Amino acid sequence: MGTISLKNVRKAFGEAVIIPGADLEIKDGEFIVFVGPSGCGKSTLLRLIAGLEDLTSGQILIDGEDVTDVPPAKRGLAMVFQSYALYPHMSVRNNIAFGLKMAGMPKSDIDAKVAKAAATLNLADYLERKPRQLSGGQRQRVAIGRAIVRQPKCFLFDEPLSNLDAALRVNMRVEIMQLHQQLDATMVYVTHDQVEAMTMADRIVVLNKGIIEQVGSPLDLYNKPNSVFVAGFIGSPKMNLISGAVAVKHTAATIGIRPEHIALLGTGGDVQGTIVLTEHLGSDSFLHVDAGEAGRLTVRAPGDYLGKPGQAVSLGFDKARIHRFDSQGKVLV
Amino acid sequence: MATQQTRSIGRIAVAPSVLALFLWMIVPLAMTIWFSFLRYNLLDSNPACSLMTPAALLDEANRCLAGTTNYYYFLTDPAFFKAMRNSLLLVFWVLVISVAGGTLLALLLDQAIYGRNIVRLMVIAPFFVMPTVSALVWKNMMMHPVQGFLAWITKSMGLGAIDWFAHYPMTAIVIMVSWQWLPFATLIILTALQSFDEEQKEAAQMDGTPPFSFFWYMIVPHLARPVTVVILIETIFLLNVFAEIYVSGSGGRAGNLPFLVYQYGLISNDIGGASAGGIVAVVLANIVAFFLMRMIGKNLEG
Repeated sequence: MGTISLKNVRKAFGEAVIIPGADLEIKDGEFIVFVGPSGCGKSTLLRLIAGLEDLTSGQILIDGEDVTDVPPAKRGLAMVFQSYALYPHMSVRNNIAFGLKMAGMPKSDIDAKVAKAAATLNLADYLERKPRQLSGGQRQRVAIGRAIVRQPKCFLFDEPLSNLDAALRVNMRVEIMQLHQQLDATMVYVTHDQVEAMTMADRIVVLNKGIIEQVGSPLDLYNKPNSVFVAGFIGSPKMNLISGAVAVKHTAATIGIRPEHIALLGTGGDVQGTIVLTEHLGSDSFLHVDAGEAGRLTVRAPGDYLGKPGQAVSLGFDKARIHRFDSQGKVLV
Repeated sequence: MATQQTRSIGRIAVAPSVLALFLWMIVPLAMTIWFSFLRYNLLDSNPACSLMTPAALLDEANRCLAGTTNYYYFLTDPAFFKAMRNSLLLVFWVLVISVAGGTLLALLLDQAIYGRNIVRLMVIAPFFVMPTVSALVWKNMMMHPVQGFLAWITKSMGLGAIDWFAHYPMTAIVIMVSWQWLPFATLIILTALQSFDEEQKEAAQMDGTPPFSFFWYMIVPHLARPVTVVILIETIFLLNVFAEIYVSGSGGRAGNLPFLVYQYGLISNDIGGASAGGIVAVVLANIVAFFLMRMIGKNLEG
């Protein structure tokens, strides 16, 4: 079991309101990702769930039980920290075993659990080493091992991959997803990286200035963003957001169109422009087009596209894929 | 990184200071060693012994060269063993009190208390008091059996007054010196506590670590290195304590090696003997340092 409900959770440090009031239901076994720019309150929200911060008001329920005033260790959660927060003077074995030891588990049980976790995470050869003798990825695995052995109701991850290099990050991302399938446990994962969010999540929670902007599956958010913020945040390269006369033509304050929903036409089209620069990724080419009053637009073209900077292009928008937003930034249906 | 040229320029540039420091250290040491082999007493009929040329000193008629006699007398002097014992007792107890007390004080001062900055400043204050002043204050205001503060406390509780310097001179010196060195230990340990990783603290919280276990498994290992530094530095200074003993007039019973050297040199006017004592003290300090480094020096590695 591992359901978490946030009921009107509010957090303020004195005058500064970090989270004005959040409601959220996390289902059992779900991989849920909190994503947003830095300072959006995603880490604070995670720490509130963990119990490392006190709520200003509201309620947190885990498995239907009110844990608002329950200390962190008693909530049945485990957390993986951004800096891993391994105990530097303890061996890998003792790092993983420490929580169990504090819980007063008999030594033989602890050894069995540590051995099992080490086998799952390929750490068996490193059990006697100190954290400083491990690589970044191994440290990360120790931190996860420390969480696994406690058999928590829910795992909390606070930007766990941000200290790793790009290649390792992709590997660890896959490992964490496999772990989620294996353990079938609820996981709450905080990141500022929308690619991580898109690839890992069952459901994504997009936060902006402490407010939950939208909750939904990755494709939901990608195809039906609720607001300009979500539209601009999810997807890479970013969705083109156009305001002004072009948007008024579509009876909206702002319209959004993704790079892959803009077609390169010979003539006609919705807007005309000139190519400013091109990025060739092999599979695709991204063109940065200066489209006059529509501003700078990103357009996806085939990988073998031969257009050069300075060339004039005509762009046609896929009518069905235009997102319309009002002056408040909310979506118009 | 450096080319051949910059390296040799660097060597030339540091040469004067290296030379100055070397002379600074080696000249007094060499002179002390030289004096320690002389029959050099200020009240001697031949006070000019030390000024003779080596050739003249070797002349049997002058009898200035004493050989190892100074060492023999110093090392067989019953006062030597007493002084050595006092030296080691003083170092040991002040270390125990300042490290234990310093850790407790640092833990207290690490809490968010009202007026923390002022409290921290006050705690550090004893370190700035000159040893001579602190000895006078402790002797005449704190530990005086008639008008002392401690006597006032014990008397107001119906207990008798203790004449600290007459009956427990060693304890009195230990208290005084501990009072002076406690701030140093507190300061270094406090700095170390403040550098304790916040996420590690939270990880321990998630692991449900009770306060005492947290102290034992997290704080103590974290403090190993700063405490090592405190022990090494304090040992060096504590072996040299002199002013407190001299000013409080406890040299007779609580005198340590530096005090004994002082007695040889300036009370008995025996410069040769004092020099021999000084060299013995240097050798002993090095032995202590050697064992300290072997015991706790590994904390400084890595």
